[in-house]
Amino acid sequence: MRSSSAFVRWRKGLNWRGAVAVASFILLWQLLVRFKVPGFETIPTLSDVFSTFWTKYMLSAKYWKAWAVSFERVGYGFVISQVLGIPIGLLLGTRQMFHDVMFSVIEILRPIPPLAWVPISILFWPTNEMSIVFITFIGAFFIIVINVHDGVRSIKKEHLWLARSLGASPWRIFQRIIIPSVIPSIAVGMTLGIAVTWNVVIAAEMIASDTGLGRLTWEGYVSNTPAVVILGMISIGLAGYLSTKLVDYAEKKMMPWRKA
Amino acid sequence: MLQGSPRSETGGALSIRSVGKVYDPGGDHVVALEQFSLEIPSGQFCAVVGPSGCGKTTLLNMLAGFESPTSGEIVMDDEILAGAGKRLAPGADRMVVFQQGALFPWKTVLWNVTCGPVLQGRLSPDRAEADARAMLARVGLEGIEHQYPGELSAGMLRRVEIVRALLIEPKILLLDEPFRALDALTKSVMHECLLELYDLTRKTVFFVTHDLEEAIFLADRVVAMTARPGRIKKMIKVDLPRPRDYRIVSSERFGQLKREAVDAIYDEAKKAFEAGEREFA
Repeated sequence: MRSSSAFVRWRKGLNWRGAVAVASFILLWQLLVRFKVPGFETIPTLSDVFSTFWTKYMLSAKYWKAWAVSFERVGYGFVISQVLGIPIGLLLGTRQMFHDVMFSVIEILRPIPPLAWVPISILFWPTNEMSIVFITFIGAFFIIVINVHDGVRSIKKEHLWLARSLGASPWRIFQRIIIPSVIPSIAVGMTLGIAVTWNVVIAAEMIASDTGLGRLTWEGYVSNTPAVVILGMISIGLAGYLSTKLVDYAEKKMMPWRKA
Repeated sequence: MLQGSPRSETGGALSIRSVGKVYDPGGDHVVALEQFSLEIPSGQFCAVVGPSGCGKTTLLNMLAGFESPTSGEIVMDDEILAGAGKRLAPGADRMVVFQQGALFPWKTVLWNVTCGPVLQGRLSPDRAEADARAMLARVGLEGIEHQYPGELSAGMLRRVEIVRALLIEPKILLLDEPFRALDALTKSVMHECLLELYDLTRKTVFFVTHDLEEAIFLADRVVAMTARPGRIKKMIKVDLPRPRDYRIVSSERFGQLKREAVDAIYDEAKKAFEAGEREFA
């Protein structure tokens, strides 16, 4: 297809410039540390980080366990937020009664930052693990609810009219018009949500856990091994990137009519 | 179905009887339409022109059963479609082609145009597909069946939409400024395309527009409306022979009809303009 080859050309152009930028960034970093520019005295170079990874972490079960644990927390928090949030958003948009009852509650709770839930969450949930998953859930939950709610409200009235002209039942209209109309909003909610869950899980781990990538990074700081701090940061970045790709892939599958 | 049946069998005679529409009666009390009466015989192509806010779209929505009148009634073939206090009753016998377009973006063109007859249970999917392909080919749209609406141009989308409406086999086709967003050239191609489909099916057509030339070129009768509240200012019978093509626009008779229509509508456009309406639409 012509559009895909245009895409490939675009990608090539981008990669070329991007590669130069990344190389320059690493070089600059290396130089700043090498010449001990003020502020950089204690910062490790990228090669230090690599050798730390290579010698101590690559084969360490603890390191990979940290990946698995963080992913699990993000996974549970994110999936539960979608499973509960999407139906609640749909109900808010389609049922006036539900909207009247629930919307004020949601609007009161929504502005509270997820991390402000940490203490109460630790007090409430029986295990630390549950409280971290809960905080992660909070991070993505309100985002998806609000997005789905907006999605329902912005459904084209022409689509609903047309369906009614054809004699479609309310259930049919829900299945055939409301659900597909809302899918793009669900996708937006998912993209924003997955980013927030990583933010939240890392901070929650630093405060309230002894496992996970956030904890790994924090331990690097308290044990005065800055190379581990940067290894942790890079790992978190990679983990976030991977889960974003996963969500992007799911979104593409959800919306076959949107190409490129 | 492409042959089209003689006028008498198709039905679709519309009778609009002193219909009025008031928005927000307790508050702002905006009178969109007042004492509006119009008879459209079966198979007639009737175009309604008027300044923006004159209630053209409101009228069309009432014919379609999306809004209900606050007074008067609308009757089609002796059946009351809408009246004050009656339940809204949209139906497949009146299909609308909307101003903004309303194809389902998440479905392919083929699904979009066949969903009507298939969901109604009137045609099998295979039969509907065959009909759809035939009619799409008629309007120069072969081989786009499996594309999504997002991949088509504006002109193609409008054609798909008209085909969809016709495949549902309504008695009346309601078009709400369907070509508004198109460029002049695409628009004139669309006009010929619509006329070809009209000559083929001879459905009753109710066409709302702000474009006088478009109205005269397409219609059997042009109804010019006053500024809000909408009433009939003038009816112009268009006696240009069918089938028509673009050359007719430069004919003497077309010019006369246009002058007649402009005279009727100019004052109203000015009134609407002075009342602060954005455009002559």
